[in-house]
Amino acid sequence: MRLRRHREPPRVDALGRPLNAPARELREAEARGDVATARAALDEEPTELERIAGWLDERTGLASLVRTTLRKVFPDHWSFLLGELALFCFLILLATGTFLTFFFVPSAGDTTYQGPYAPLQGATVSQAYDSVLHLSFEVKAGLLMRQVHHWTAVVFVAVIIAHLARVFFTGAFRRPRELNWLLGFGLLVFGIAEGFTGYSLPDDLLSGTGARIAYSAVISVPFLGPYLASLAFGGEFPTAAFLPRFFVLHVLLLPALFAGTIAAHVGLVFLQKHTQLKVGRAREDNVVGRHFWPGQAFVSGGLFFLTAAVLALLGGLVQINPVWAYGPFQPAVVSSPAQPDWYVGWLDGALRIFPPFEPVILGITIPSVFIPGVVVPGILFTIVGVWPFIERRVTGDRAPHHLLDWPWEAPFRAATGSAILALFAVLTLAGGNDVLAAFLQLPVEGLTWIFRILVIALPVVVWLVVYALCRSRQGRPAPGEQPRGGVALVRNRAGGWEEADR
Amino acid sequence: MTRRERRAERLVLACFGVTLLTGLGLLGVYAMGGDTQLQGILLAVCLGGLGAGIVVWAQELMSNEEREEERHPMGTGPEGSAAVAEALTDEAGFSRRRMLQGGLLAAVGGRAAALAIPVLSLGPAPGRSLFETPWKKGSRLVGFDNQPVHADAIPQDGVLTVFPEGYPGSADGQTLLIHAGTDRLQLQGDAATWAPGGFVAYSKVCTHAGCPVGLYRAAQGQLICPCHQSTFDVMRGAVPVFGPAARPLPQLPIQLETDGTFTALGDFGEPVGPSFWDMELDR
Repeated sequence: MRLRRHREPPRVDALGRPLNAPARELREAEARGDVATARAALDEEPTELERIAGWLDERTGLASLVRTTLRKVFPDHWSFLLGELALFCFLILLATGTFLTFFFVPSAGDTTYQGPYAPLQGATVSQAYDSVLHLSFEVKAGLLMRQVHHWTAVVFVAVIIAHLARVFFTGAFRRPRELNWLLGFGLLVFGIAEGFTGYSLPDDLLSGTGARIAYSAVISVPFLGPYLASLAFGGEFPTAAFLPRFFVLHVLLLPALFAGTIAAHVGLVFLQKHTQLKVGRAREDNVVGRHFWPGQAFVSGGLFFLTAAVLALLGGLVQINPVWAYGPFQPAVVSSPAQPDWYVGWLDGALRIFPPFEPVILGITIPSVFIPGVVVPGILFTIVGVWPFIERRVTGDRAPHHLLDWPWEAPFRAATGSAILALFAVLTLAGGNDVLAAFLQLPVEGLTWIFRILVIALPVVVWLVVYALCRSRQGRPAPGEQPRGGVALVRNRAGGWEEADR
Repeated sequence: MTRRERRAERLVLACFGVTLLTGLGLLGVYAMGGDTQLQGILLAVCLGGLGAGIVVWAQELMSNEEREEERHPMGTGPEGSAAVAEALTDEAGFSRRRMLQGGLLAAVGGRAAALAIPVLSLGPAPGRSLFETPWKKGSRLVGFDNQPVHADAIPQDGVLTVFPEGYPGSADGQTLLIHAGTDRLQLQGDAATWAPGGFVAYSKVCTHAGCPVGLYRAAQGQLICPCHQSTFDVMRGAVPVFGPAARPLPQLPIQLETDGTFTALGDFGEPVGPSFWDMELDR
């Protein structure tokens, strides 16, 4: 788009001389940064876009900041888009979730189901469950919106973890970005909390059982458990208070925390500029890539719509969380098999494979749920959360880093990260031990023992293997780098071969 | 304009055209009553066309030139932080007014405590609620419909979920009445007398994480929790034999009445469901 246009024809004075200022005057004005004089000298008038920008600038003074932002350089590598994908998922969750709130009734009060779903007609269900069925079967596009929302939540946590893994294995969290690692870690925790509270809202049999287990985990905390659980749930489970509370958490408090933390997270990336891979002209003191506007902004915008397209396809074609098939929550009823959404599966897996260990020390019971349900997740998440500080302690490296490591350049980090991922993978699979046992035609007891061994052995093996692989990879050329040393043979004009330096 | 650019431009236009058409299609499907699958596909193509068009536009028709920007150290150095510290404290005179500082902290702390107390309104103190269930001496065993359960309605190896009369569906009162048979039961002491006619009643709330223990393997005489596979031996007082549960399912003392119904002799002798820290202390 042309920002300036000349008036046609040029204005002239009475003697036919152009009114345009001499070139020297123009150059001087431009050198002083005096746009108004320069413009007058050129006899140009501002375009419509300039007029709007000027109107805003006079009221905000942001013109130069906006220009810097538009000209900001973004590294051009696909792995840098994972964080953006997470942001897009968040936006889609906000949009679809807002639609859902218009129909959802966060009440545990009883009602009789009278909708079109025949198997449940006449059943006593909660108003929450009734409203989800109404939304799914009677509101046009309601089921699509619900399924897109749920699919997006499932993908959201996965993308956050992929983004976290990219940042972890390339060492992007090192000084000066420790603070942003903590903010990102907070977003992961909020993401899981959002998922769990949202998944509990329909008040179906499966999610009610999940809430029951969460209550048991809270109650297991020594000294405080029964009080904390009573405060959180408003009494002994099940209570009428818990649905409206989860609703407020899910649609108000957590999204507000999310939005604030995302703003800080992205704001810090803006202030600190991106890290970059060691390729091409990248150095510690520069950023190489595309301008934010238009290149990067268009790619990101396109990616947003492509993300939304995939999620729309999933939501339209692949059934997720069919609560009508599970039935309404009743405390004395349970279904089998019972699996939560995948990102909570590792917690359930830890509960499944932990041995029956419930010591009574000085009369104080340490409930069997406490260690696998509270202590182990607490330790694992703390390690992930404070990793930048652990690594700094181990390596003694306190220098600022803007160039990223290749994963194998930091064997201790790569090995530990892989071992933690392996641990989560084993626990997640263990969360489906009953389904796997049926699929593999194995007794669930034997499979549980296999998981009990794997949960210790696999992380150790993975640590050792990854460490050894990283060490062996060191010294070999990095991606895109010419191998150093050696001799190259080049064909000469005479048709023979000559040695050439590399 | 090169040929490649012309081709890219046509492609972008085609993508946007697809978006426009499927958008109209979506409206049509909606007007005709809606269909989840069709709407999902149309929405995906609609959004996908827009996304693909924009990406092709950016990649093929905009400058892909590699740009470079300088990066400067983040901090402003010791002077900067000293200036901030000075601005924060100089006019306020904090260093000269230690007493006032302490007073302010105390006041803020007191105020915070006063504001935090209402959190306690969120739930009642647990009191004895975790130790008790609605079962009382003389409670009749009823089903989900609050109708008394008859012994002859449960065949050998049969299982029924029962509740104290007046509390059908109760979360902590839910109990399994199992017709185990006198010859297989190996209960000791009082527990043996609480199994009239080979009928034994255990709390249905798993002592691990509180799920209903919903599966019964009659051949082995084992109750299994579908949530985490805790397995309990019905014949030997529901002691855990596999899985993460560490406590037996509490046994409900029951007696068989002359009319074939059952009544409880009292509440469970111990807390039902998941353990908590003071369950042994306050027994």
